[in-house]
Amino acid sequence: MPKLSYAKALNRALTDEMERDPDVFVLGEDLKFALNNVTTGLLDRFPDRVLETPLSEQGFTNFATGAAMGGKRPVVEYQIPFLLLLVLEQIANQANKFRLMSGGQVKVPVTYLLPGTGWRPGWGAQHSDQPYGVFAHLGVKTVIPATPTDAYGLFLSAIRDDDPVVVFCPMPALAMREDVSYVDLAPIPLGVGRVRRTGTDVTVLAVGHLVHEALAVADELAGEVSVEVFDPRSLHPFDWAGLAASVERTGRLVVFDDGNRFCGVGAEVLATAAEEMRLAAPPKRVTRPDAAVVVGCAPELDLAVQPSRAQLVAAIQAVVKS
Amino acid sequence: MRPAAEAFYGTIRLIRRFEERCIDLVRSGDIGSGIHPCIGQEAVAAGMCAALRPDDALLSNHRGHGHFLARGSDPGRFLAELTGRVGGVDKGRAGSFHPSDLSAGIWGASGTVGHGAAIATGLGWALARDGDRIAVSVFGDGAVTQGALLESFNLASLWRVPVVFVCENNGYATTLPAPTAIAGSVVGRAAAFGIPASTVDGQDPEVVYDAMAAAVDRARSGGGPSLVEFTTYRYEGHHTFERRMRLAYRDEAEVARWRERDPLAIQAARVPPDVREAVDAEVEEVLDAAVRFALESPHPDPADAFDHLYATPVRLRAGVSHA
Ligand SMILES: Cc1ncc(C[n+]2csc(CCOP(=O)(O)OP(=O)(O)O)c2C)c(N)n1
Ligand SMILES: [Mg+2]
Repeated sequence: MPKLSYAKALNRALTDEMERDPDVFVLGEDLKFALNNVTTGLLDRFPDRVLETPLSEQGFTNFATGAAMGGKRPVVEYQIPFLLLLVLEQIANQANKFRLMSGGQVKVPVTYLLPGTGWRPGWGAQHSDQPYGVFAHLGVKTVIPATPTDAYGLFLSAIRDDDPVVVFCPMPALAMREDVSYVDLAPIPLGVGRVRRTGTDVTVLAVGHLVHEALAVADELAGEVSVEVFDPRSLHPFDWAGLAASVERTGRLVVFDDGNRFCGVGAEVLATAAEEMRLAAPPKRVTRPDAAVVVGCAPELDLAVQPSRAQLVAAIQAVVKS
Repeated sequence: MRPAAEAFYGTIRLIRRFEERCIDLVRSGDIGSGIHPCIGQEAVAAGMCAALRPDDALLSNHRGHGHFLARGSDPGRFLAELTGRVGGVDKGRAGSFHPSDLSAGIWGASGTVGHGAAIATGLGWALARDGDRIAVSVFGDGAVTQGALLESFNLASLWRVPVVFVCENNGYATTLPAPTAIAGSVVGRAAAFGIPASTVDGQDPEVVYDAMAAAVDRARSGGGPSLVEFTTYRYEGHHTFERRMRLAYRDEAEVARWRERDPLAIQAARVPPDVREAVDAEVEEVLDAAVRFALESPHPDPADAFDHLYATPVRLRAGVSHA
C-alpha cells in the first residue's frame, strides 16, 4: 500500500475537491511555491483558482467571506498559528455570523486551514500557539485531524460544509505517514470521534498529535492498565455520545490536550463528564499550564509547558488507583 | 438613465419620514436598539442606489436605512426587522445594525467599521466570475482610518475587482471630527492604490447619481474599482442615544449651515407643488401601513434562538446542565 503523508493528504483532498467542484478556490501566502506542501501542483492545474495574496490576512479573510456569500467555496491557508488570532474577528464575528444575521439568506462556506498548529521548535514565543479552543468556544466549527486519512476526510468535509470551518493540523502530525489505499480515502463527517485503541480500565481523550502520544503510552502501560484512546477529531461539533459510550465502558477518564488549562477543551470535557457521565473515579486532565507561552527557543522551557507522556502516565495511574 | 426629479424626491421623502417614524418608535420602546439616523444624508442613498442594477450587490453599514429604502426593500418588512419581529427581512436576527435583504440587493451590514469593504471586494470578485454584476461597499469617514480598509483597496486594485467604494463623509465619527482623525485625505488613500477617486457633493441626488453611474460603468466594463467620497452631513446625533445627552462636539451654526443644503429641499425645488403633495401623501400611506405591519408581526419564539446559526446544522447543547 502507498505511504500517504499528512501534507500529501491535504494536497490530495484539495486537488480532488477542486477537480470535483469548480467553485472551490484557494487563497493565501506563498501558494505558488507551496511552502506548506498543501498547494503543490494546483497552480498549473487550476491557474485561475489559486490566489496568491499579499500579506493582508484581515483583508483576505473578509474577502473569502464575501466570495463565499457570492457562491464560491474559498479555502484560506494561514502560515502561522497567531495569524488565526489576527483574523479571529473576521472569522468569529463576520463569517460565522452572517448567516444568522441574514435570517438564513446567505451561507458562508469558507475553510480556514492551518497546516502547522502548536510548537515550532526554534520559532520563538509568537509562533507556537494552540488556538483551537478559542474557535470552538466561539462556536466556529473546528476540526483537528490526527492522521493523514483523517486529514483527507475532515478537510474534504470542511470544504463541503456550508459554514465556516477551521482545520487545525498539528505541527508534529504533518510529517506523519500512513499506509493507505487511495480508494479508502473518503469524507469524514464533522462531530464523529473515533476510538483509536480499545481498552477497559480508562478512557484517554487525546486531541490532535497527542493521539499518537496517548497510543504510545497505552502500549507502554499495556501489561498494567488497559487504556482506551478516544480521538474526538472535531471539537465543535463534538462527539459527546461517542465519548460517553467510551466512558460508560471504562468508568474512568483522562483528557490529554495541548491547549492551555484555563477554559480549555480539557476543562469542558471534564465538566461535561462530571455532570453527565458515570465515573468510578474523579477525572483528570493533562494540558498546557495556565497562561502557557511556549518560548520556542529553549527546548527545556518549551517542553516544560507542554503536556508530556510522563504526565499522562502519572495521571492514568492516579485515576486507575482512585 | 438618471431618474426623474419626482422619483428622487419620493425616495428622499420616504427615507426622511421613515427615519422620523423610527425615532418615534425608539421613543416608544418598539425599536429597542435605537438607530443611527441618516437624516441629512438621504441624497447619497437615493443617487447611489439609482445608479445600480437590481442584481448588483451592496454592503451597507450601521447608518444604512436609507440604502435599503432606496434599493426598494419593503418598508414594512424592513421596519419589522428594526422592531425585532419574525416578519422582518432577516426574521428579526439583524435589527437596525446588521440588516440584509437579498431581494433588494443588500447583502449585509458589518458592524466592524471599515471591515465590510473587504467582504464587498470578495463578493464583487465572486460575482464577476459568473457575470457582470458589481459590488458596492458603503462606509463612513470613520472607516478610512482602519487598516483593514486599506487592505481591501489593495486587493481590489491588484485584482481589478468590480467594486465601488462609497465613503459617506458626514464630517464625524461619533464625536470625532474627520479633520482631527484623518491624516492626508480620503481620496488620497484610494489614489495611493491606483484607484480613481473623487470628492462629490452628497446633498444633491442628481450629482450623486452622475458620479456613481460613472464609477459603476467603470466597474462593470472591467475597469476595476473606484472610490467616490460624498460630502454630507447628519442633522441628528450619531445614534438616538444622543437625544438624551448634550454632547457639544459641533456648534449650532455648523448644523444650520448644512441645513441650508437640505437634500429634501434641494430636490423639492425641482418638483411641482401638486406632484410633491401627491408624493408626500403616498409616503405617509406607505409608512402607516409599514408601521402597522411591523407592530402586528409576531415576536420570535425563544425556542427558535438557534435557527439560522448554521447552514449545515450541528447539535448544540443548552446552557443549562441537564439532570
Ligand atoms: C472597528 C470599530 N470601531 C469602533 C466602532 C464603534 N463605532 C460604531 S459607529 C462609529 C463611528 C463611525 O463613524 P463613520 O464611519 O464616520 O460613520 P457615521 O457614523 O458617521 O455614519 C464607531 C466609532 C465599531 N463599530 N467598529
Ligand atoms: Mg462619519
